Amino acid sequence: MMDLLSDAVSWVLIASGSAFIVVGALGLIRLPDVYTRMHAASVIDTLGALLLLAGFGIQAGLSLITLKLVFIFVLLFFTGPVVTHALAQAALHEGIEPVLSEDRREKPEQAPQDPKQEGAIEP
Amino acid sequence: MFVLATLAILAALTLAVARAIRGPTVFDRVLAGNVVGTLAILLLSAVGFMTGRPEWLDIGLTYGLLNLIGTLAVLKYFRHGDLAYDVEEDSGS
Repeated sequence: MMDLLSDAVSWVLIASGSAFIVVGALGLIRLPDVYTRMHAASVIDTLGALLLLAGFGIQAGLSLITLKLVFIFVLLFFTGPVVTHALAQAALHEGIEPVLSEDRREKPEQAPQDPKQEGAIEP
Repeated sequence: MFVLATLAILAALTLAVARAIRGPTVFDRVLAGNVVGTLAILLLSAVGFMTGRPEWLDIGLTYGLLNLIGTLAVLKYFRHGDLAYDVEEDSGS
């Protein structure tokens, strides 16, 4: 009875983890620019890996194998955001613009159009 | 059920490699390489459980550490053009 229950739980975890991994990889193909693709890749790094490794851990039972699975998950959980941050920073530094549906940034080069008028406002 | 996980990981690996080949910028390729590394760890554990030899998880752990170092090294190379750059040369950024 207990075996059947743990088998069912780990089956559900592994199936949903596989689904999240495939969804993340589809996002990696379908999304329009590098920043949104990072968002899709983080699904694989966190939720897909968590669910898959939790399912494997239930299959393995409580042993050294489970500890190794926890180590792998902690490694992925902490290095994923570090790599994503470094990647986004490097891409911004390189001058790659994100694809925006509307640009809400203020453009500082257009605000003071006429320096003479600005001088007239200043007392 | 490990076969299902293995097949899903292999399908995701195919898509990630396709993005690495197509990717318009170098950062798409670095991102796809990082995803391939993560999926390789998961594939190692899935195949290890499938064949009844979960000792492969050690290889997965080592591969995860190497993947982090490799990705950061490639990013540093493309940002500074050099792996051994001097901080004081680059104080403008």
